[in-house]
Amino acid sequence: MSDLNKLGLAEARDALRKGDTTSVELTEACLSAIDKADVLNAFVHKTPEIALERAAAADARLKQGDAPAMCGLPIGIKDLFCTKGVASQAASKILEGFVPEYESTVSQQLADNGAVMLGKLNMDEFAMGSSNETSTYGNAVSPWRRGNDDAALTPGGSSGGSAAAVAADLCLAATGTDTGGSIRQPAAFTGTVGIKPTYGRCSRWGVVAFASSLDQAGPMTKSVRDAAIMLEAMSGHDPKDSTSADLAVPNFEAMLTGDIRGKKIGIPKEYHMEGMPAEIEKLWSEGTAMLKAAGAQIVDISLPHTKYALPAYYVIAPAEASSNLARYDGVRYGNRATLEAGDGITEMYEKTRAQGFGDEVKRRVMVGTYVLSAGFYDAYYNRARRVRSLIKQDFENVFAAGIDAILTPATPSAAFGLGEMSDADPVAMYLLDVFTVTVNLAGLPGIALPAGVDSQGLPLGLQLIGRPWEEGDLLNTAYALEQSTGFVAKPGKWW
Amino acid sequence: MSIDQNTASKVAKLARIKVEDEALPGLAAEFNTILDFIEQLNEVDVEGVDPMTSVTPQRLKRRDDVVTDGNQADKVLSNAPDAREGFFAVPKVME
Repeated sequence: MSDLNKLGLAEARDALRKGDTTSVELTEACLSAIDKADVLNAFVHKTPEIALERAAAADARLKQGDAPAMCGLPIGIKDLFCTKGVASQAASKILEGFVPEYESTVSQQLADNGAVMLGKLNMDEFAMGSSNETSTYGNAVSPWRRGNDDAALTPGGSSGGSAAAVAADLCLAATGTDTGGSIRQPAAFTGTVGIKPTYGRCSRWGVVAFASSLDQAGPMTKSVRDAAIMLEAMSGHDPKDSTSADLAVPNFEAMLTGDIRGKKIGIPKEYHMEGMPAEIEKLWSEGTAMLKAAGAQIVDISLPHTKYALPAYYVIAPAEASSNLARYDGVRYGNRATLEAGDGITEMYEKTRAQGFGDEVKRRVMVGTYVLSAGFYDAYYNRARRVRSLIKQDFENVFAAGIDAILTPATPSAAFGLGEMSDADPVAMYLLDVFTVTVNLAGLPGIALPAGVDSQGLPLGLQLIGRPWEEGDLLNTAYALEQSTGFVAKPGKWW
Repeated sequence: MSIDQNTASKVAKLARIKVEDEALPGLAAEFNTILDFIEQLNEVDVEGVDPMTSVTPQRLKRRDDVVTDGNQADKVLSNAPDAREGFFAVPKVME
């Protein structure tokens, strides 16, 4: 078989079972593709020895005939996941040299399932960013280009390395994490599929924390079926994360029937943003028509507090970040600044954090510190948490009225050029998450899938939002939409 | 609510991030942009609404209050910038 790295998880799994290929062959194909794609800056720590060792073990397991679904499938792991014995630095300078003594639950479950880790993937520093431009490793670059223009584009963020690697066929799939859209926005920018499951579906243990009440891990893949396969392997209760749900994990793939007849799909009027490109509106209405043609019932709905989701997010997420990132103090792990004679412990903290954190991380830690400080806690933090309750209530109301899933655009635009937003104020960048952030605030599952290309040939994505814990039903609706869109575009290889 | 340089300096101090004096005006301006954006929350009627404490309505699981881990000081210290004789080492804390 040729071009093994271009396979998806399901195809590769089936090929392994038929004996058409081996995990070692799949892994070698990916490793070779990775080495030829350094210009994309997607893989920032390569682990070929670990990969080949796990591939050989997977082949042995496959021969014995009782291998789990992910056995032998080569994947990339976002740098936010701690991986034992392999550098894990959340794309931050402050964690330079940090080599965990433990493995995150999600990456351990994938390894137990037989998945082969190819290396660690680029991302925004501490997952704070929407373009992968805040990474200490430098920008990840999208394999997509605007027509014949060779300007480098963002793969989105924060899981930009994961998105670029999957879109460029450097791996079969990758892990991502999503606090305000960090799986779904890069998936939309790169023509890939990304699902953020219900809060609590995947363990957060061993994943470097950004905003603990919003963070969730999820898969980034080449198809909805692949997302179902990989999500199942990543999910489940973990005694080490008290917020992980003690609920049975269904066989998500078995729920992909493509039959959505009678399902009620909500179209929220508040997501028609002012100034949204006509191409996005068109994509959305075409997606709506496809679901209708597949037998779903389309219902106009209202989520009245949508407008306040981003401002609430930019109180809650920085507040939690300022608390979570307090641990980077130059004492227990990572970098410590070089001190001058007479410097005491306060200078050590201040210099270490000034040198180790990038500008966006500093900005959010300080905003978080401010909104939690005496005198402002009620006005900002408690008010934001009240608004969050209202946002969740909006969703509960429409689900109680019988809505099964909600269709929205995934992003307000296609991918932009790296550096194009550098003069914009921080808020302009935050607006990129306008359609995704509500889902984190309400703890719901959301999936982004490619649905078309714009006039410049760049992929555009749609988002489906589901009921809590009903990822299987959500994936099935996405599967039906995927079959209708027939999206097959791939970036032309220039790297 | 507008943030001046003094407030910006105070916030940086609370966050334990050293900010040089010449960077303070820019920082204060950025804070104000973000806070202006956040101010929109004041338009919302939150009377009688409880602040969200948990996004999923489930009780946190509890475990037995027993020791389940430990005796791995070497591993705990393995990533420390400065570890000596089984301890984390830091600059002088008190005069």
